Amino acid sequence: MKQWLSNIYRLGLKELRSLRADPVLLLLIAYVFSFAVYAVATGAKLEVVNASVAYVDLDRSDLSGRIIGAILPPEFDTPKEIAASDVELMMNDGDYVFVLVFPPRFEADVLAGRQPSLQLNVDATAMVQAGNGSVFLQEIIAAEINKFVARDDTETSLPIDLIVTAQFNPNLQSTWFSSVMQVINNVTILSVLLTGAALIREREHGTIEHLLVMPVSPSEIMLAKIWANGLAIIIAAVLSLWLVVQGVLGVPIAGSVTLFVAGTVLYLVSVTGLGILLATFTTSMPQFGLLALPVLVIMNLLSGSTTPMESIPVWLQNVMQVAPSTHFVSFAQAILYRGAGFDTVWPDMLVMAGLSAAFFIAALLRFRKTMAATG
Amino acid sequence: MTQSSVARLASVTHLYGPVAALDDVSLDIPAGCMAGLIGPDGVGKSTLLALVSGVRRVQAGAVQVLGGDIRDAGHLQDCNRRIAYMPQGLGRNLYPTLTVYENLDFFGRLFAQSQSERQARIADLLQATGLAPFPDRPAGKLSGGMKQKLSLCSALIHDPDLLILDEPTTGVDPLSRQQFWDLIDRIRRQRPQMSVIVATAYMEEAERFDWLAAMSNGKVIATGTPAEIRAAAQQPTLEQAFIAMLPEAARRGHKEVIVPPRQPSDGPPAIQAKALTRSFGDFTAVDGVNFDIERGEIFGFLGSNGCGKTTTMKMLTGLLPASSGQALLFGETLDAGDMRTRKRVGYMSQSFSLYTELTVRQNLELHAELYQLPLATRAARVTEMMTSFDLADVAEERPEALPLGIRQRLQLAVAVIHGPEVLILDEPTSGVDPIARDAFWQHLIGLSRRDGVTIFVSTHFMNEAQRCDRISLMHAGRVLAVGTPTEIAKTKGTDSLSDAFVAYLREAAGPEAATTATQAPHGQDAPKNGGGFGRMWAFARRESMEILRDRLRLGFAFLGPIILMLTFGYGISFDVTDLPYAVLDQDQTAESRTLLEAFSGSRYFAEQAPAASTAELQARLRSGEIALGIEVPADFGRLLLQSQRPEVRIAVDAAMPFRAETTRGYLQGLALSYMDDQIERTYGEVIDTSAANVQTRFHYNQSFKSVFAIVPSVIMLMLVLIPSMMAAMGVVREKETGSIANFRSTPVTRLEFILGKQLPYVAIAMISFLTLLVVAYGVFGVTVKGSVLALFVGALLYVLASTGFGVLISTFTKTQVAATFAAAIISIIPAVNFSGLLVPVASLSGGGRLIGLGFPSAWFQQISVGTFTKGLGFADLWQNHLALAGFAVVFIAASVVALRKQER
Repeated sequence: MKQWLSNIYRLGLKELRSLRADPVLLLLIAYVFSFAVYAVATGAKLEVVNASVAYVDLDRSDLSGRIIGAILPPEFDTPKEIAASDVELMMNDGDYVFVLVFPPRFEADVLAGRQPSLQLNVDATAMVQAGNGSVFLQEIIAAEINKFVARDDTETSLPIDLIVTAQFNPNLQSTWFSSVMQVINNVTILSVLLTGAALIREREHGTIEHLLVMPVSPSEIMLAKIWANGLAIIIAAVLSLWLVVQGVLGVPIAGSVTLFVAGTVLYLVSVTGLGILLATFTTSMPQFGLLALPVLVIMNLLSGSTTPMESIPVWLQNVMQVAPSTHFVSFAQAILYRGAGFDTVWPDMLVMAGLSAAFFIAALLRFRKTMAATG
Repeated sequence: MTQSSVARLASVTHLYGPVAALDDVSLDIPAGCMAGLIGPDGVGKSTLLALVSGVRRVQAGAVQVLGGDIRDAGHLQDCNRRIAYMPQGLGRNLYPTLTVYENLDFFGRLFAQSQSERQARIADLLQATGLAPFPDRPAGKLSGGMKQKLSLCSALIHDPDLLILDEPTTGVDPLSRQQFWDLIDRIRRQRPQMSVIVATAYMEEAERFDWLAAMSNGKVIATGTPAEIRAAAQQPTLEQAFIAMLPEAARRGHKEVIVPPRQPSDGPPAIQAKALTRSFGDFTAVDGVNFDIERGEIFGFLGSNGCGKTTTMKMLTGLLPASSGQALLFGETLDAGDMRTRKRVGYMSQSFSLYTELTVRQNLELHAELYQLPLATRAARVTEMMTSFDLADVAEERPEALPLGIRQRLQLAVAVIHGPEVLILDEPTSGVDPIARDAFWQHLIGLSRRDGVTIFVSTHFMNEAQRCDRISLMHAGRVLAVGTPTEIAKTKGTDSLSDAFVAYLREAAGPEAATTATQAPHGQDAPKNGGGFGRMWAFARRESMEILRDRLRLGFAFLGPIILMLTFGYGISFDVTDLPYAVLDQDQTAESRTLLEAFSGSRYFAEQAPAASTAELQARLRSGEIALGIEVPADFGRLLLQSQRPEVRIAVDAAMPFRAETTRGYLQGLALSYMDDQIERTYGEVIDTSAANVQTRFHYNQSFKSVFAIVPSVIMLMLVLIPSMMAAMGVVREKETGSIANFRSTPVTRLEFILGKQLPYVAIAMISFLTLLVVAYGVFGVTVKGSVLALFVGALLYVLASTGFGVLISTFTKTQVAATFAAAIISIIPAVNFSGLLVPVASLSGGGRLIGLGFPSAWFQQISVGTFTKGLGFADLWQNHLALAGFAVVFIAASVVALRKQER
């Protein structure tokens, strides 16, 4: 047992040295945990921000002016006026997601109580913005019209007072969400690619053969790869959380970082195990890359870190329970945003531990088989 | 330059970092003869040949080849046509998955030969080299000797004026070696004007050359005919002459290898093979092998390449399980899982298999620890190994920087660090120069005679075989003979082990291996015009064949995108429904229930078990079990009836802002419909209270279903991620395997090479694109509403850009691992986050927008979404097409600039 641990330790140190000797890899790791996190968090926002709005004003009244004036940043770009004939062209080009068309005599009709129609054209291919953005615009428009006609407030307002509080992220800032989720996605990508590539490299260079004639067992070789690559990734991830997410982006982290690191360790064991498992199905880097890519994209996009889990069909949600990323995302969101403690997140941790064991055993079985098969 | 010299070097110096591989070398190599370069490893032979052949750029000094300056681009191109270069390593410039015929056909195409000309030449060459019976065998499955013959064929296919061979027979068995040189002699008889320059480590081969240059430490120490060199050094053989000529420093420590007699030992044999057999599929690599090796014996293992030596050794180490038969170590059946046996055995594999990223000392330390040497003696043992194997000077260097001879010493040191009783060495001295080989054998003899270690060693060198206590000859999986070297030589009635060996092999191989001398290829014709397209096509064709044979890779390339489209089409959706919520109803009146019915009746919300307290609601929100918690106060009903606007508190989990935002929108709509409901109850009718209507028209996707937006986006993603990654392997793989030499040494230009590499991946991506269209229509019912042609042309331009991006990455990465990483990581972020997949490019800000517009994905997204959902055509989208074409041109141009035709 002592020897087992010592071998794992030694082989792991060797992995770290290999990693250190590859400047391109180190550069890429630094890139994904710093610049990439920053760019994604600040650049692509899922909430309605900077949505492009144009309007066609055939009324040119006080009311249409007020409505346009009420469409404000940060949700919307300052609306641009366009000609009625350009609406289709500009929407085709994707220049504007929303185009408002004020009909002639709009204000007059409103005042006369004729309930005129205001047209809101939405580019429905802009999935993320179209739905919420149109709701917001309708809200703004209704509020402005109400103010304008200055009706009795009580009559139009609701019979109940609905107090909606956004918890854990009161201002609904997507930077909070996307930065941390980007770190998590990067952990997944790097764990699978680094460990898988480490195994394939040893095979292509013939060093694995050398290890196998020594008093070293496959489980030692695998565990060494797991701890060494895992350690490198976890250090990069925690640094990224501190320096980029908390430091540069100013995102508050609600829960215990220690608990998060503990869960990340479990997660890393499972994904690095998955990386080794995938590597045993392939014999060369081109094959490994092509196999790993779809797996990674699915793990990242369907884990709840990009789109809400609820919007995935139930059967697919069930399938995704096999992916450790689903549990890790749920775990990370609970701790980092909601400040949840161990009593809340232990089920996710348990599943991750189970998946780690399953991937590890599967990889170990495949490892023995494939190493024997190569002549 | 006189007619009599084919290459003339003047004050040539070549540095790798601070190390000088060539140090002010001036040399005239005579034309029309066999000129040889001899000398130990790492003295600059390969560098010199690479400079003369034009694959390496001249750093300092002048190199005249075939009557012109090689630094002149025009002359270099001419030289590429007239010189054939065969790099070091067994079949390094061949493509292992291509057959013998296809390999030669590829080279013929590079020199723009017509179909009939290629056929005729290939037939002649195969006949001349004895490869005629195996035109359809993949090059990777050939034995080492056959690989070298094939390599030679590919060099000779264009009738070169100068043939440059870098250690062509290293690692090749004696019979194949003899055949190889006979072949060269025949070809030279037919084309006497051809000059040949050869580097070799075999001194006995050098004896038959017309002219020699002996090199040491980046300098030429002697030139002349073999006889002149022997005479000058006053030594009987070239090998001894060479050693005598070396400077004192290099020679120090060298002494004649003398094998003291062995003391016979008793007890069971150290190694026993009993009817040992191993099959791979229907191929039997080792067929019923028997032998016993006694303790302390040096047992040599000889045989042609690919005869099963390595497989036998791997079975004895436990690396490969035997198909049948038994391997015994010290009288016990070998158990691969038994760690105790592993500690008694040391193994050295054929290729260098230590960690190149660790220093010499670190490699030794790692092995000392893995072999569990006691902590107390560990450091001492490492030091001892470094001293006794002369590694102390290079302790802190990495093995890749060291000459082969030193690397092999390190491998041996590593293999014996734990004091094994048995050493299994697979061609440990292949490619190592004579002095280093002798030093290596001094160590082996010491281990055997002093420490009683049993040594099982395979070799191609007859003088090494001569030093063994006993040897065994193997051919085609069977042992032909076992005995002392003298015995074996005697059975064939000769004194020379080499002759006996060749006789055995000829006998075993039968008439098949006998090469028939025929007319070597002849017929000159000038390369035709349009060769550029032909060369590009040759690379494209070759690349395609390689991919088509890699079924796994091809399968992943086509299935991956389809699987992803299915998962995304079903899985990604921004239609948020079934948000789990829980209620804390402290009122429990008819009024509160009416309010809550509005939630439970909505498809957007899914009710969970009610909560008993605010704290519970909070806890469940915190755990993520519910997305919103609704708290109805105790006096809700009463206040409502009194029109006092009772408060209802709703806490929304905003950890995911997009979901929270959508939820807020839903709540607003729900409240409005609740209000209408209330008004209807109060007044008995619905009163439209609004002053104006907002008519919302969702364009392009009336039902606002995510799948219509997802499908075009998945196509955008798939056509960048997978083609770029596949193309990124293209160039870098050739760099790693060494076949990049074909690009460097033939007339192919950089653009032809890059386009040839790129085209097959463009084709694969386009086929993948068509399958995705079929899936989009067949499974999701998504059709192209706009111009199909615009989409198709857009896809083609996009794929040209994405594969161009891949090729660009592979021009500056060194390893496939780095290329995979770079392609995946660099392309995934702009493609997923900044292309308009999630957020319209128009809404991106600052850096994100620049990244988006600076990558082809955002432009193709416009075309994909435009043609699929918006019904657009060229008239609306042409700018995007133009941009994509621009990307393709820029990426390809950048690759051409980044790729160097000559190595530095």
